Amino acid sequence: MRSCEAVRRRTSFVAALILALVTTTSGQDSAPATPLTLVSRDARRTIPTTMHNGREAVALDDLATLFQLSVKEDALAGGVTVSYRGRTIVASADRPIVSVEGRVVSLPAPMVRSGRRWLVPIEFMSSALASIYDQRIELRRASRLVVLGDVRLPRVTASLDSPGPPTRATIEIAPAAAVAVNADPGRIQIRIDADGLDFSASAMSGLIDRVRVGDQPNTVVVDTNGTGRATVTTANNVARVLIEVAAVASSESRNPTPAPTPSPTPAPSTPIPDPRAAIAATRTWQTIVIDPGHGGDDVGVRSEKGMEEKGLTLDIARRLRAMVESRLGLRVILTRDDDRGLSLDERASVANNGKANLLISLHVNGSGVPDQSGAEVLHLQLDRESAEVVRVATAEGAALPTISGSVRRLDLIPWDLAQARHLDESSVLASVLQEELQRQVPMSGHPIRQAPMRLLAAANMPAALVEVAYLTNPEQAARLATDDFKTTVAQAVFSAIVRFRAWSEESQGQ
Amino acid sequence: MSMKTWWLAFVGALAVLVLIALSIARMYGPVRSTPGEEAPISTSPSTPKETAHITATLFFGSPDGQTLVPVRRDVALADTVVEQGRQILNAQLSEAAQAPNVSVIPTGTKLRAFYVTERGDAFVDLSSDVITGHPGGSLNELLTVYSIVNSVIANLPAVRRVQILVDGKEADTIAGHVDLRRPLSRDDSLVHEGDEK
Repeated sequence: MRSCEAVRRRTSFVAALILALVTTTSGQDSAPATPLTLVSRDARRTIPTTMHNGREAVALDDLATLFQLSVKEDALAGGVTVSYRGRTIVASADRPIVSVEGRVVSLPAPMVRSGRRWLVPIEFMSSALASIYDQRIELRRASRLVVLGDVRLPRVTASLDSPGPPTRATIEIAPAAAVAVNADPGRIQIRIDADGLDFSASAMSGLIDRVRVGDQPNTVVVDTNGTGRATVTTANNVARVLIEVAAVASSESRNPTPAPTPSPTPAPSTPIPDPRAAIAATRTWQTIVIDPGHGGDDVGVRSEKGMEEKGLTLDIARRLRAMVESRLGLRVILTRDDDRGLSLDERASVANNGKANLLISLHVNGSGVPDQSGAEVLHLQLDRESAEVVRVATAEGAALPTISGSVRRLDLIPWDLAQARHLDESSVLASVLQEELQRQVPMSGHPIRQAPMRLLAAANMPAALVEVAYLTNPEQAARLATDDFKTTVAQAVFSAIVRFRAWSEESQGQ
Repeated sequence: MSMKTWWLAFVGALAVLVLIALSIARMYGPVRSTPGEEAPISTSPSTPKETAHITATLFFGSPDGQTLVPVRRDVALADTVVEQGRQILNAQLSEAAQAPNVSVIPTGTKLRAFYVTERGDAFVDLSSDVITGHPGGSLNELLTVYSIVNSVIANLPAVRRVQILVDGKEADTIAGHVDLRRPLSRDDSLVHEGDEK
């Protein structure tokens, strides 16, 4: 037996060598995608990926090298065992699930053999490997990064506020980190106290040529055509650097301070309350509201074994809050944080008064048919009459005189139809939620629906309602009782929030 | 022209006019039934010879619980829109779904009142059993609401929208999801296509 094992080991070593050779020589064969970058405290390494059946995949042998994993193929069972320090993941060919330390984790696509290599979807890293690894593994798909361990890698987003002149732009750092600014004519350098930056910038114009990452991985450089100044403010764990660049007029060329601004002597890096900050703040996400459905006497759906919807929604909402607060640095308000009954208007007003950028209501579904299963996402549908009321209100509006003598126009949309102006965004939100849930949990035959939902109608922000599973389905009820499933659902909704925030900030910045 | 010839001409013209009028009246006037052939059916509601029926479309849950299935049932014919609406709703509320279809309205739910406004908005007043007996879940609630809304609108052309009341009062929702504060239009997206109609 031992010799057999030794032979098998040797063969697998030889196979690994061949695989490595094949990797280096034929890795370009399949349609190449931009590689992912693995960022750890000490290094940045490339993770090559390929597109397989429209999904981005990574080769297990590449992961083995990068993460010091051992990968053993079980030809008889048609599967692979991936181990790291005694903890194992068992994956079977052509099945979109893996067993992580005995627990089943679903993947968006199955593991497949491509030539001599095994390909797994890139989500394998965050949803399976992360569970057996001794360091945090976070997949940031939008920025093409895989973050390993305790790396301070804040999201840094640069957006143009107004082309001016003076040209104004905002650079946001979330979660907030200490910032040092150096403003020179022609360029402003911003050094951020972090290991690296998860950087993205929209197109600039006016007196700002572009915003880019500097020579050091933790610096951002603003290339300008004038003299600029920067103001740093921090609120809700987001640091904002407001940049203002004025033209260097020939007659005032010796004056380094921007002439067109009527503000008093500007002092760089001093938190002067700038009216622009308020405007920038509306563009930047600060607060989201999670609504755990039902509560108090209203237990919601009840399973055969007595499990109640109200408790499950609160449990998942708390998990989601922890993820959003710790990883996105946003303020999260739960409409209820205990077992209490709240009217739907009270829930909507928590979101509206909290000026939330997003409302997600969590529910568990019920059906008279026990076979019915899967998650569903609902967003608001306005009937024709309500849509007409909103259209007229928006077209006519009302004019209010302001102190300055000008007139401010108001759209008088009925308060209980506040959602009317966010219908398009909510539709995007629902699609993103559906896509992210689909990666991690089973979906129903109608995964997305538009309906006259009472809570959503009164929400003055993009809003959607998620039914995570069917409590009336005995198998789903059993899964809902596990921590694993509740965390998976929270994780999926979290991923959707990340994606929707990126989309929302990008579309508003344009 | 003497007085006499003028008078004759006048009488002649009058006679011609009367003849024309008579022939027109014969062309467009009511056709008299020939004697011995009496009108066979009395239109008076007070003399029902036999209980007349209409074939109404009711809505039940599909076997997979995902959609509504239109099902044709005989319902007593009534004289007025409101009375017909009551008959249809009573059938929708009381009739059990035939397998493999499933019921989507809590058993014991009764119709307290039904009326239709001039604008074509119908009000369906249900007993509170619809809330207390409801198992919850947004899909369940959507199916409950639209089985009622669709069954009224599908059978009564005079009705455009339906508002559900509970115990005579406006209700927010039945089970915490679907907005009942306004009249709802028919929603065919929940109806399974290709089923019998």
